[in-house]
Amino acid sequence: MQKSESHIRELLVEVSDPEIPVLSIMDMGVVREVSWDGNTANVKITPTYSGCPAMDTIADDIKAKLQGEGYSTKVKLVLSPAWTTDWITERGRKMLKEYGIAPPMEESADKLALSGNAKLVKCTNCGSTNTRMVSQFGSTACKALFQCNDCMEPFDYFKCLK
Amino acid sequence: MKEQLYQYILSLGDNSMILGHRLSELCGHGPSLETDIALTNISLDLFGQVRNYFQYAAELKGEEVSEDQIAFLRYPHEYSNTLLVEQPNKDFAYVIARQFLFDAFHKPFLEGLCASNDDTLAAIAKKSLKESQYHLRFSSEWTKRLGAGTEESHERMQNAINYLWPYLGELFTVGELEQEMASYGIAPDMEAVKASCMQTIAETFAEADIQTPDSKWTQSGGKKGVHTEHLGFILADLQYMQRTYPNMDW
Repeated sequence: MQKSESHIRELLVEVSDPEIPVLSIMDMGVVREVSWDGNTANVKITPTYSGCPAMDTIADDIKAKLQGEGYSTKVKLVLSPAWTTDWITERGRKMLKEYGIAPPMEESADKLALSGNAKLVKCTNCGSTNTRMVSQFGSTACKALFQCNDCMEPFDYFKCLK
Repeated sequence: MKEQLYQYILSLGDNSMILGHRLSELCGHGPSLETDIALTNISLDLFGQVRNYFQYAAELKGEEVSEDQIAFLRYPHEYSNTLLVEQPNKDFAYVIARQFLFDAFHKPFLEGLCASNDDTLAAIAKKSLKESQYHLRFSSEWTKRLGAGTEESHERMQNAINYLWPYLGELFTVGELEQEMASYGIAPDMEAVKASCMQTIAETFAEADIQTPDSKWTQSGGKKGVHTEHLGFILADLQYMQRTYPNMDW
């Protein structure tokens, strides 16, 4: 395969988020810029949350993947513009749901759901919206813990971040 | 100016780091699994912010100093965090009260810092602001839950607020450093930050049945490196690894 920016992008699709292994970092919206100057692949990534412990692993995984294909690689962490859940692709949202994580809703619905004022988050197991928030903070910084009142399934909800 | 900016960044990072460390002490000791996870998540956010601040500070200094040296190898008088954040986790009400007072300040502070003339600080603030909104939601809701809960929880929450209240004012004090940073358009207007913070506190206390303490006394010193006895113990814990195994890395 000819070395090119589009080839790099294809390879990056195969790098997954270490905390949500079904999701590619491309679908996650973590990769902000990819460029190829003929010698070096430059990849800019941005953290979902400031303290996201996955960033170092993601940077290492990117390097390993690209260097494995013969690319000399530089990964740079950028903070601005700040990551938002809007950058998760449609495909990413679908993958999240199939994996058992309710994808983020739009901002106003998210506020209502997280304040406990409306039952809007859909259970990933049975699809019911008769769910309740168990904890505003879940297994990772980006998620809240919910439980379905109908089928009793506990599940993560990916919080909206704008 | 560069040296002052460096000191200013450290003062911002120190608040997040010492509070983050206090919260990390609760890892595995929270009153329930959910609150344990929440408090340690908040700690993680704060440490993420610390890394952003200290990496920037280290970059300003060039080769002289690293992010880890800033975090782990200073003496107590070189830390410029406010006294509020080093106060101990006496019980859950103290943890929530300390967090709520800090979050009520932190959110409008970061909103102000988003408009900083310093692009890197503005970018860190924009990132951190999104997180601090979640923190404030968590701590204000627990303030209400405890304050307007049972007689016992109300009394404990009120006691914690009374105890920590004198430490609130230091968050807004403007010394030479802040004044100079404000003159360059780097630091936010602290009067506006204070007004917004006090409004959040008044609204939350009204819902929480918490009385605003009468005391007008402000405890200060932290910003100048004069700390309560608690900081030394925190640093002993925090620096132990780096001092025992110099330059160790993960």
